[in-house]
Amino acid sequence: MSRLTSAAVPPVGTADHGRGSGPELIVYADLGCPHCAAQWLRISKLAVRVVFRHFPIASKHPRAPVLHAAAEAAGRQGRFFEMVESLFADRGRVDDPHLWRRARELGLDLERFEADRRSEEVAARIRRDFESGIRAGVVGTPALFSAGEGRSLDDLMKDD
Amino acid sequence: MIAAGETAPDFTLPNQDADEVSLSDFRGRKVMLVFYPADFSPVCSDQLSIYQEVLPQIAELGAALVGISVDGTWTHRAFKERLGVEIPLLADFHPKGEVARSFGAFLEEHGTSNRSLILVDEDGVVEWVYESPSPLEIPGANLIFDALER
Repeated sequence: MSRLTSAAVPPVGTADHGRGSGPELIVYADLGCPHCAAQWLRISKLAVRVVFRHFPIASKHPRAPVLHAAAEAAGRQGRFFEMVESLFADRGRVDDPHLWRRARELGLDLERFEADRRSEEVAARIRRDFESGIRAGVVGTPALFSAGEGRSLDDLMKDD
Repeated sequence: MIAAGETAPDFTLPNQDADEVSLSDFRGRKVMLVFYPADFSPVCSDQLSIYQEVLPQIAELGAALVGISVDGTWTHRAFKERLGVEIPLLADFHPKGEVARSFGAFLEEHGTSNRSLILVDEDGVVEWVYESPSPLEIPGANLIFDALER
C-alpha cells in the first residue's frame, strides 16, 4: 500500500511549525506560490495559532522544493517563520545566493543551513507534510484546516 | 456516466505529439482516464499539477494515468509544456468529444467533458468511476490511490 490513500489531516504534533495563540489553523502552503504569498498576509492577521505544513508543487513552481528546504533548514536554527516571511515577502530573489543572504540576515550558521537544506532528513520532513496534504485531499494552495475540517480563508476572516 | 463493470469503449486519440494512443495499448495494466474540461483553465491546471506530483507513486502501483479533453493536439502540447507535466494528454478534438460521449462524460451544455476519473482495469473493464459534482471541484489525488488500492 502507498501512503497516499485518503486520511484525515493529522493532528498538530510537536514536530509541526506553529506560531501564535488561539485555535489551531493548519495551513498547507507552497512557498513558490504567488497566491499563497498574498494570502499569507491575511492569514497572519487571524487570531489563531498558525501551523505551517509544506506543500511544494514543483511542476507549477520549480523552485518550491528548494524554498521549502530553506525554510525547514532555517527552522532547525529556530527561524522557520522568519524565513517563510522573507520568502513570501520577496519572491523575485530566490536563487541560492539570495537564500544565503537571507540566511545571513537571519543570523543563521550558513554552513549548517547549507548542510541541512540539502539533507535527506529535511527532504523527508517536507515530503511527510506533502503526503499528509495529498491524503487529506489538498488540491491547491493555500489549503486551510480548522478542527479537522477544510475552511476557506474568506469564511475564517468573517469568523475572526 | 459509464458504470463499474462495463467494458470500456476502446478509442484511439492523438496525444500532444500527434502520436496515436489507444485504450487497448494499456491492456495488461490499469489506466486512470482523467477527463477534464479545458486546457489552460485555472482549475484544470491545478488538477494536473497535483497529479503530476504523485505520478511516481501511481507508476509504482503499476498503473498509468492519461488526461483527455476536447482540446486539440497543439493546444495540448502548449499546455503540457506550460505546466511542466509528464502526463500524456489525449485530444478528443475531432469529432469533438466523441470519446467523452462514449464514456458518458460529455457536458452538452458546456461543450466539454465533465471532470471525472475512470479507472480501467487490466482487461479493459471499468473498475471505478468518479464524477465531480461540479467542473470546479477537483478530485483529490487521494481518490486515485483509494481506487488503485481497493
